[in-house]
Amino acid sequence: MTTQITPGPARVHVRTTINGNAHEFLVPPYMSLLDTLREIVGLTGTKEGCLDGNCGACTVSLDGRIVDSCLVLGAEIDGKSVETVEGMATPEGLHPLQQAFLEEAALQCGICTPGFLVAAKGLLDNEPAPDEHRIRHWLAGNLCRCTGYDKIVRAVQKASAEMS
Amino acid sequence: MHPFAYEAPTSISDAVAVLDKHGDRARPIAGGTDVLVQARANRWDLDAIVDVKNIPELTQISHYPDGSVSIGAAVPCYQIYQDQKIRDSFPGIIDAVEMIGGIQIQSRAALGGNLCNSSPSADGICPLIAYNAVCHIAGPGGDDNHRDIPVEDFCTGPGSNVLRRGEILVSMVLPAPGDNFGAAYERFIPRNEMDIAVAGAGVSVKLSDDGSTFEAARVALAAVAPVPLLVPAAADALVGNAVSDDVIEAAAQAAGDAASPIADMRGTIEQRKHLSAVLTRRMINKSVERARG
Repeated sequence: MTTQITPGPARVHVRTTINGNAHEFLVPPYMSLLDTLREIVGLTGTKEGCLDGNCGACTVSLDGRIVDSCLVLGAEIDGKSVETVEGMATPEGLHPLQQAFLEEAALQCGICTPGFLVAAKGLLDNEPAPDEHRIRHWLAGNLCRCTGYDKIVRAVQKASAEMS
Repeated sequence: MHPFAYEAPTSISDAVAVLDKHGDRARPIAGGTDVLVQARANRWDLDAIVDVKNIPELTQISHYPDGSVSIGAAVPCYQIYQDQKIRDSFPGIIDAVEMIGGIQIQSRAALGGNLCNSSPSADGICPLIAYNAVCHIAGPGGDDNHRDIPVEDFCTGPGSNVLRRGEILVSMVLPAPGDNFGAAYERFIPRNEMDIAVAGAGVSVKLSDDGSTFEAARVALAAVAPVPLLVPAAADALVGNAVSDDVIEAAAQAAGDAASPIADMRGTIEQRKHLSAVLTRRMINKSVERARG
């Protein structure tokens, strides 16, 4: 008895920059950026939530714009630059947002936290001093079922104050 | 999900060729915010996903000297609302692209993709109808096979449209609004953002030079019919009449009467017909306000 193996579509050659480091790999053409980061690149900080663009748990920055990595194909990042939660802290310490999330207890179970951190960084990188309404509007694409959001908003305000 | 190949053509003719080759087993991807979700839900078995973001005509916003604008089908929402000329001249489009999804979705989701997804509840289609936009479509057979379709004729049912095998939406062209013109879009949702319209209304008006009389109007409704619905009866109630609460109310009632919604988890038939009238009234008033500058 023989097993018939149907060959899948050809993998795609990707050259990209992730958290400032050059990466080159082959990716199945149907694989999401989320799975590409977690399973091929080995960066598991980015989390899977709803897998349909509602929860923001998988938020990463793609060429400076926050996106849901579940709704991007790994093949699409060829020639582009990706920033994930792993790129936020430095050898000198945590990013001010990460420190503020800790101090303000802006997380409980933690699944949504990487997405909130990357999304909030996307805001503060371009608008250092957003008001509360702007913060809440910007983070509307990120869901948290633990904190009730107030602590997250306060953490972003605290980081904003420390960074400006 | 069926494992699909990834194609990234750099010209319209190459994109058309690969779409034509695969027929309904290929779909274009612009932002991917609908197509990837649907592929995972096995709405289609795809052999190929065709990334159209490397095709110049689909990724550019072009402003013409006469005041018209061409928006490439794959241009994401954020590039539209960051375009100052569109903000100044086409604020009704800005109403929609600033409310679609959240920031992450707006980074990717394209107005042309919203149109091709052809959902009755699409926020992007009614304002395009209000602005008299025309869809520029390319197909197999070379340049002779380009065709233009008014946006209100593009959708043919929930999730279906006029695109034939191998055809691709290239751009939406919005004619110059001209003087004394105003347009606006609003929807009703139970949340503040990140939700699907229970009902929506896109309106445009052209007023007389002194701002007193409706000279032309367009009213389109979202989520209350199998397609985004142009309502000529609502426009007819306005055109030729002086701007007044009574005239606007008559147009709003005509919109409510024209709505033929379904009842589902988002809203009842009665609520949606009521919302159609309320939103139409509000958007006529907002359009008048914008027309008067």
